[in-house]
Amino acid sequence: MTPSALSIEPYRRVAPKGTVDFLLRLAERVQGRRFLHVNSTREGGGVAEILNRLVPIMRDLGVKTEWEVIAGDPDFYATTKSFHNALQGIEQVLTDAMLEHYLEVNRANAERIKPDADLVLIHDPQPAAMIEARRPEGKWVWRCHIDLSTPQRRVWAFLRRFVVHYDAALFSLPAFAQQLPIPQFLAYPSIDPLSNKNRPLSRKDVRRIVEGLGVPHDKPILLQVSRFDRFKDPIGVINAYRMVKPYHDVRLVLAGGGAADDPEGARVLEEIREAAGRDPDIYLLDLPSNAHLQINALQRAATIVIQKSTREGFGLTVAEAMWKGKPVIGGATGGITVQIVYGVTGYTVTSVEGCAYRIRYLLNNPDLMRKMGEAGREHVRQNFLITRHLRDYLSVMAHLTR
Amino acid sequence: MASARTFGFIGCIELREILGRRARDERELMEALEQVPLGSVYYHTHSVFLRHPRITSAYPNDFANWVATQVRDQALAERLAVVDPFQFATLDEVRDEFVSIIDAHVAALHPVPRVVFGDPLFFVQSHVIEVSTGLEARTLDEFRRCLADVDQSAIYLHALHARVMRHVSGGDFAQWIGAELGRPALAEAIARINPYLGGLERIRQETLRLIDADLAPEEA
Repeated sequence: MTPSALSIEPYRRVAPKGTVDFLLRLAERVQGRRFLHVNSTREGGGVAEILNRLVPIMRDLGVKTEWEVIAGDPDFYATTKSFHNALQGIEQVLTDAMLEHYLEVNRANAERIKPDADLVLIHDPQPAAMIEARRPEGKWVWRCHIDLSTPQRRVWAFLRRFVVHYDAALFSLPAFAQQLPIPQFLAYPSIDPLSNKNRPLSRKDVRRIVEGLGVPHDKPILLQVSRFDRFKDPIGVINAYRMVKPYHDVRLVLAGGGAADDPEGARVLEEIREAAGRDPDIYLLDLPSNAHLQINALQRAATIVIQKSTREGFGLTVAEAMWKGKPVIGGATGGITVQIVYGVTGYTVTSVEGCAYRIRYLLNNPDLMRKMGEAGREHVRQNFLITRHLRDYLSVMAHLTR
Repeated sequence: MASARTFGFIGCIELREILGRRARDERELMEALEQVPLGSVYYHTHSVFLRHPRITSAYPNDFANWVATQVRDQALAERLAVVDPFQFATLDEVRDEFVSIIDAHVAALHPVPRVVFGDPLFFVQSHVIEVSTGLEARTLDEFRRCLADVDQSAIYLHALHARVMRHVSGGDFAQWIGAELGRPALAEAIARINPYLGGLERIRQETLRLIDADLAPEEA
C-alpha cells in the first residue's frame, strides 16, 4: 500500500469500537489548523515508518498536514549519531566544531523549509535547533523518541538550550522526561495493524514464509526479534533456552538485523553464533531492515515471544507480538514494563533464570498462553495502535492551539 | 408531558502531562501525593479506567500497583487497592484517604519500604479534553442504539468522570434516564453498576442489558 492510498476507514475493522468516528469528530475540532512534522529521514527507522502512515491518515481525516525532511551532509549525520548515543547515556566526544556545524545545518534547513504551521512537531534532536527560526505565530512541540533517562550531561545541556524555547515536549515514557520549564506530555509509540509487519496472514502464508527462512515448523518456537545489540541480551536468551530445553523440545529463533552495516552489530552476531555453537535448534536470522512480512510471519509462527532486553527505548516488538496473540516474556526495562501487564499479557523478568522459568511455566499451561494472547491483543488494541497515536497528536493540537 | 431533553454523547481524550516528580519509597509516595496537583491524583486513581477499559491489572489504581509490583509491599498494596475513588465527593478527599492509609502504614515500619530493583513511580497529570461524538438520543431506544456503538471514552466520561468532576451522583446515564425519561428504577439500577467488575465494556454491556430488560415488556 502506498502512503497516499492510506485512509482512516479500514481501521474501523481493527480499532476499538467507535474510535474512527471519534477521530473524525476530533479532527473536525482542529479543522482549518495546519500541522507540520519535521524529521531527518523519509525512509528507515521507526520515526519515518510511523510518519509514512500517520501523515496520509491525518490528511484523510481532513487535517492539513505537511511533512518536511531536513537535509544534511555526512558530518552532520555523524554528529547527530553521536548526539543520539550521548543522549542515551553512551559517552561521546563532541567538539565545538561539530556543534557549530549542527547549528549551521539547522539554520540552512530552517531557511529552506521556512516552518510555518499552527502546530510544528519537531522529531528528535536532529532538527531541534530549528526552533531558533520560529515565527511568533504557531506552537512548536519537540517530540523526543529516544531514551533520555540518563543523558550525557554536556550534550543534553547543549540541546536543552533549544528545547526550552518550545511550547511543549512529548516523550514516550515518563522516565525519559527531564527537568524543563515547559509542559512535558506523554505519548506512547504505536504499531500499525494494517502494515506489512502486522497485517493478518493466512496460516499457509505464515508456513511458506517461515519455511522460506529455513525454519521448520514442527516444534514450538521461542522467538526474539531485535537488532543484534548487547542491550537486547541475546546471549541471555540462549542461556534461558538451554535451561528450558531439557524439559521441552523447542526451537529458538533470534531474528534481527544491523549486522550488515554496523560493525558493532556484526561483532555481537559473531558472539551469538559462538554461544549458539552447533545446536541445530537455534536459528540466527540476519534480516534486512525491510523484512516486514518475514518478521510478521515469524511472530505469528512463534509459541512464545521473548524481548529480554536489559535496556530498551520502548520495544515495540512486544506490542507487535501481543497484537498477534502471543504471550510475551520481556526484560523489566523501559517501555516493556508498560506494554506487558504482568501475569495478564505475559511476564516481565529480571534474570535468565526468571526468563527460563516463565517459558517453562507457559509451555506447561497452553490455556494460559491462549488467554494471555487474547488479553495482549486487546491491550494493544486499546493502547498501542496508530489510532491511539493519532488521538494523542490531535489532542496536543487541540490543547495547545485552543 | 414535556418531551425529554436530548442526551448528547460526549467522548474524551486524556492528554497526559509528565510532572517530573517521582517516588522511590512509600514516604516519598505519601509526600508527593500531598503536593501534586489534583489532576495527578485523578490520573493515578480515576482515569486508570480510561486507559485500561478492559484489562484489569493486579489492582485498580496506580499507587496500589506500584507498591505491589515495584516496592513489593503486599500489605500496603492491598490497603490502597480497596479504596474506591468514585465513593468520594471530591479529589481532595481521595487524596486524603490515600495519604492517611500510607501514613498509618509507614508509621510502624523501619525502614520505610522502597524500590530496590524496580522503577520509581512517575507522577503524571490528566487533562481531559471533551469531544462531541455527534450521537444524540431522545428516547430510550435511541439511547440504546447510540450506547451500543459509541466510543468507550464516552462511557468513561458519562458514567465515571461525571461522578467525580461534575458531582453527578450515579453518572449522566442514570441521571438522564431517571430525570428526563422518568424511569427511576432503571436509573437506579444503572447507577449501581460496579465498574470494578470489568471496566468500561462491562458498564456498556450491563447498561444495555438493563435497558433491554426494561424495554422488553413494552415490546412484548
